Amino acid sequence: MAFSEKVREAYQQDLESIREGGIFKEERIICAPQSSEIEVEFPVGSGRKKVINMCANNYLGLSSHPDVIEAARQGLDHRGYGMSSVRFICGTQDIHKELEAKLTRFLGTEDTILFPSCMDANAGVFEAVLGEQDVMIADRLVHASIVDGMRLCKAQTDNYKHSDMGHLEEKLQFHQKARFRMIITDGSFSMDGDLAKLDKIVELAEKYNAMVFLDDSHATGFIGKTGRGTHEHCGVMGKIDIITTTLGKALGGASGGCVSGRKELVEMCRQKARPYLFSNTIPPVVVSGANRVLDIISRTTERRDKLERNTAFWRKGLTDAGFIIKEGETPIVPVMLFNAKLSQDMAKALYEEGIYAVGFFFPVVPKGQARIRTQLSASHEQHHLEKALDAFIKAGRKFDILHKTKQEIVDKYGL
Amino acid sequence: MSELKKIILDYVKKEYLEEGDDTEITNTTPLISGGIVDSFSMVSLKLFLEAKYNISIPDAKATPKAFDSVDNIANLLQKEFNIQ
Repeated sequence: MAFSEKVREAYQQDLESIREGGIFKEERIICAPQSSEIEVEFPVGSGRKKVINMCANNYLGLSSHPDVIEAARQGLDHRGYGMSSVRFICGTQDIHKELEAKLTRFLGTEDTILFPSCMDANAGVFEAVLGEQDVMIADRLVHASIVDGMRLCKAQTDNYKHSDMGHLEEKLQFHQKARFRMIITDGSFSMDGDLAKLDKIVELAEKYNAMVFLDDSHATGFIGKTGRGTHEHCGVMGKIDIITTTLGKALGGASGGCVSGRKELVEMCRQKARPYLFSNTIPPVVVSGANRVLDIISRTTERRDKLERNTAFWRKGLTDAGFIIKEGETPIVPVMLFNAKLSQDMAKALYEEGIYAVGFFFPVVPKGQARIRTQLSASHEQHHLEKALDAFIKAGRKFDILHKTKQEIVDKYGL
Repeated sequence: MSELKKIILDYVKKEYLEEGDDTEITNTTPLISGGIVDSFSMVSLKLFLEAKYNISIPDAKATPKAFDSVDNIANLLQKEFNIQ
């Protein structure tokens, strides 16, 4: 038997060290469709509890929207359950091409290719479009999937301090001898909720002859006046060479992602991107649902406008109550607690009050930057947010952190 | 050797600390295991050293352990490239 007791013990020790490191992840069991109000079983085996969900990426509240569900059902009826094929053999249906065309129009690009997920898009895109003579210069806080994709690519890697345009310029100067330079950034950074300075990045890209790559997974559908994303918000539509984004967050939340941008770069992905070439096509049911999502958000900004109002209410409510939050304008609102244990205790206290939010600490965020990350949704109604705010204030009082400076919180709880 | 360490230390402070960050970094401060530099950011230090001394550090030698402190990096450069 290859999996001997010795091997088993070694894995058990590894798992134990993950637990001791405080980074052992446990799943919470949701016994309801994704929504602002859900039933959760946590810990596993305990009773179900009704809670307000403040940690989903369901920004536009479309994950369980009746029109999307109906469209998905029609997709199932008319185009079947699975395709049993990669895209280029016999896995491309008319609805896949329809979705790619809709994404291209929505994002304002030249062409789009679907991937099974944005993780796959990021894992495959760099290797498909860059080679040994090129350099990738990334913001240091880009998503883990980008880091993985860069590691799979033979181009040289470099990075710059988060959103530090002076540092980026130094790096662009340093790499002028490379054949191609590509600046790589997230649009909305998922842990801090801040937006990339995309207008400045485009300016530098033009000055130093670099391409721009944008992962807009936490922005597509709601950032910008009509929800096109960070490039719309920063006034640089049409100037981003590659946009990757996901269907797994605001755009219905099921699964799937894409690379959208210059048609030659998209075509390179069709020819060379390994996650596209070697994994199954997105199932018809998901594609049909996503097509309806694109129809909804192309027709009206109602949902992103409501999300904007919810975000403004939530940010003001927390600030007025005396919490320290990360400034910004996105629906990702981190409540800063600095101390890892405090972030876990606070999340627990909130859960007891019927609010579901998750505490993050090192190594997910830098040391001494522990927080509870809250995320707003267009499916939150005013009464949800008022109840959540009351619970935060109650928990804040319990731990005596309201109207306190960072130093006062650190003095009380440590870093 | 002390000149080499000073060059590395100055670069590390400039490259990895944010403006106003007064974290004290010495030649023995754990950079990677201490959370100051992550494995993704480490690459810029490697690029800097390669450009500065016109060398190519093999990936197998540029391990997180070898880059975990200014002392470790200086030792690596001395041993592999005879840089003092």
